[in-house]
Amino acid sequence: MNVVSLVLQAGLRDLSRNRWIVAYTLSFLGIAEGLFWFGGTGPQVLLSLLNLVLLVLPLVALVFGTIHVYASREFVELLLAQPVPRRELFAGLYLGLALPLAGAFLVGAGIPFIVHARDGATLGGVAALLGAGVGLSLAFAAVATWIALFTDDRLKGVGLALGAWLASAVIYDGLVLGAAAAFGNYPLERPLLGLMLANPVDVARVLVLTQLDVSALMGYTGALFERTFGTALGTGIAAAALVTWCVIPLGLAGRRFLRRDF
Amino acid sequence: MRRALVAAFALGAAQPAFAADLTVGAGGRFATISAALEAARPGDRVLVRAGTYREPTLVIRTAGVTLEGQGWPVLDGQGVREVLVIAADDVTVRGIVATNTGISNLEDRAGIRAREVRNCLIEHNRLRKNLWGIYLQRSADCTVRDNDIEAEGVRQTESGNGIHLWYSPGARVENNRVRGHRDGIYFEFSSHGLTRGNMSERSQRYGLHFMFSDSCAYLENTFRDNNSGVAVMYSRGVVIARNRFERSWGSAAYGLLLKDINGGEITDNVFERNSTGIFIEGSSRLQVRGNQFTQNGWAAKVLADADENSFSGNRFSGNAFDVTTNSRSSNTTFDGNWWDEYAGYDLDRDGVGDTAFHPVRLFALVVEQHPAALLLLRSPLVSILDAAERVLPVLTPEALVDRRPLMRPPR
Amino acid sequence: MITLDTIRKRFGALDVLQDVSLAVRTGAVTALVGPNGSGKTTLIKIVLGLTRADHGTLHVDGQPADDAGAYRRAIGYMPQAAHFPANLRVGDVLDLVTQLRPGEAVDDELARAYDMDGIRDKFVGTLSGGTRQKVNAVVAFMFRPSLLILDEPTAGLDPLSANVLKEKIRAVRREGRSVLITSHIMTELETLADDVAFLCDGRLRFAGPVAELLSHTGGRSLEDAIAGLMRSDRAGRRAAVGTAEPVPVLPWLSPEPTGVA
Repeated sequence: MNVVSLVLQAGLRDLSRNRWIVAYTLSFLGIAEGLFWFGGTGPQVLLSLLNLVLLVLPLVALVFGTIHVYASREFVELLLAQPVPRRELFAGLYLGLALPLAGAFLVGAGIPFIVHARDGATLGGVAALLGAGVGLSLAFAAVATWIALFTDDRLKGVGLALGAWLASAVIYDGLVLGAAAAFGNYPLERPLLGLMLANPVDVARVLVLTQLDVSALMGYTGALFERTFGTALGTGIAAAALVTWCVIPLGLAGRRFLRRDF
Repeated sequence: MRRALVAAFALGAAQPAFAADLTVGAGGRFATISAALEAARPGDRVLVRAGTYREPTLVIRTAGVTLEGQGWPVLDGQGVREVLVIAADDVTVRGIVATNTGISNLEDRAGIRAREVRNCLIEHNRLRKNLWGIYLQRSADCTVRDNDIEAEGVRQTESGNGIHLWYSPGARVENNRVRGHRDGIYFEFSSHGLTRGNMSERSQRYGLHFMFSDSCAYLENTFRDNNSGVAVMYSRGVVIARNRFERSWGSAAYGLLLKDINGGEITDNVFERNSTGIFIEGSSRLQVRGNQFTQNGWAAKVLADADENSFSGNRFSGNAFDVTTNSRSSNTTFDGNWWDEYAGYDLDRDGVGDTAFHPVRLFALVVEQHPAALLLLRSPLVSILDAAERVLPVLTPEALVDRRPLMRPPR
Repeated sequence: MITLDTIRKRFGALDVLQDVSLAVRTGAVTALVGPNGSGKTTLIKIVLGLTRADHGTLHVDGQPADDAGAYRRAIGYMPQAAHFPANLRVGDVLDLVTQLRPGEAVDDELARAYDMDGIRDKFVGTLSGGTRQKVNAVVAFMFRPSLLILDEPTAGLDPLSANVLKEKIRAVRREGRSVLITSHIMTELETLADDVAFLCDGRLRFAGPVAELLSHTGGRSLEDAIAGLMRSDRAGRRAAVGTAEPVPVLPWLSPEPTGVA
């Protein structure tokens, strides 16, 4: 068996028994099931979960991810001392963190929709929400890995993780809203779309919007919106941007892992 | 009894007791439809066998004649002329395929036109590739039903309407299917009409468009994927009930646009996935009751110049915005609707929430002023702003409030 | 076994290793000693490839050390403290390392001595510090690498287990394999080590057989000798204050590679 899958398996085995990951899974499961239980329809539950996906999921992925990478430091050194290439070790370690995070979300948020498949949530909407959550898990696990490899000061690392969360989940949108208000007289659709793609949380949100709220998006006067969101193109662009948002921090983290001293 | 017999004879005198069948085409007495129509006497049936007929514009000038296709004969306008004109009262046309009028900027060529007649019946026909489909011109009390009408025009300027009524009161338009025309069904100066059970889709402009047509009823129709939705303007006393308005997308697209309507009932309709579900401008005394607004961008836009309109017993769910308006003052009342965003409680268990619901979100006003901000829809930041505004309303209209929000969706 | 040639390493403004040249003999136990912060751990990490030298070359068992890391087949490593993932079972850890090094000859002597079979199903997170250290030792000695690098190996072990480990180190040496070991317990090193390398402030101050060090310093024990070296080093540093060049305080040490290959 190759190094990537061996290290990944160890990570899966470890984190699937991790009490935080288990609690994380159960809380998604409980909340989604609870929303259905209290009379929510499929689309309503989707929208409520969207808030969790945009706020809580990045927080957990960033903070838990950073702490986890720090905690694995000595084990990583032991593995690095074995006759295996760093590149493969890194892939295994990243996947061993990112896949349990994504899987925990997928199980917690996904199962209620399977159970309540008849409650009116469209397949596209559910797929977009689950895809956005998985994408954000992978992207922020990469960012967390990068932060933890970037600084050895654990307090600083967790601080950076929290800062990254606050910036991407809340502050960024505030700045965008301010910009939209301040430059309301200019044609804003193109720069604004660009700004949306530059933040993974917004990309994930837009991905879900293209499935749930296309009727609203199409109400905006702007040929670009119409071209982008009226077809599958918008979903495609958002999905591609989310993949890019996994790849770039992963590339940075990987580069750091290959070059740095332990 | 005797009187009844006399009456029967009198009727027989007006329409010959033994109406003849005049057969056109293979094995028939007539080679052309024109010849048969020339020979037809009141009450006769002109039966057209299957085949393609390329003749000058056919005109039915004899009252009481029935033109009936057998095996879907094709009447071809060859791209240069109108196909069939009804120019006498009490005429029936059924079972024909009227096609290929061609495009003209000078004349309104129609597949089937009723010109200044009464009491015509146009049913079970197919209309294909015509500039205009069925055109009632100053014709009263006609029935258009079960026709299938499709156009392939790509631009509004190269396309007319599917079913077009002009100064034609008392019409019944039922169970037709119209696709791809400029306006699917169009009423102008045509009052007391009934439009029921039609399916109008993919219109280049409106699925249904009516103006200056008082006291009309529109029931159980489906309007879907029309470029600009449905527009109802400058009329009085309209009844719009049990219709479906679906997927009208765009900044100027409305499930239902109501402009300068005085008095009307909009009840039990479904508005689903439109950019704007219902848009009310300059209209008064409209009762909007028991409708479902689902997954629209804006469920209801009610401008401040609309007066004395009321929304009750409606169900709002999954809309990006439930209600917007363009002013802090509003004369439209919302009472006893069900809102999926309502988070209140019902301590006295009377089915009505104990706290009021403000359906206009702060973010809706932001988007009204800065449309590009729409991209922040469903951002956690926006949710925070909305929540703050609901706790302490400073910008949203205070008058626009549902004081008796329902705890359970109405059936 | 290991040949280091003019290895330099800086962390920021700090010179952690300055032109360290050292040869570790095959079939011998070499003790790496020096005060805290002298660069011992960095040197070990450079040998393992965890840390890269800014300058200099490294050969292990004749192979140049490179990023692919194949040369690490020759090495078994026991870090100072083992932090295995808490939710893995002992068996998971042992299996993982076994599978990461396929095709290597297995040596299960220490695993049996420490009764790994008895704790295979225990979660690492539930183990005591001493038991974790046993697992750590077993991981290092699982195969038959020609070089073992042991960083404070007996720390946290009970006396009996520590003895077992020391016996194992002697056995490895008898098999003609090499050991590089650090420890703060000089008496322990004295009974194990053939050679000693003394690092101070990133410089190699002495490298050679233990006996040679004792005769140079006149110390009766390794502990005395090392303490003496540290004292004179500190004195030299004090003397150096205000002068441009550090004063050489150990004239018997040549700056050339002091290897005893």
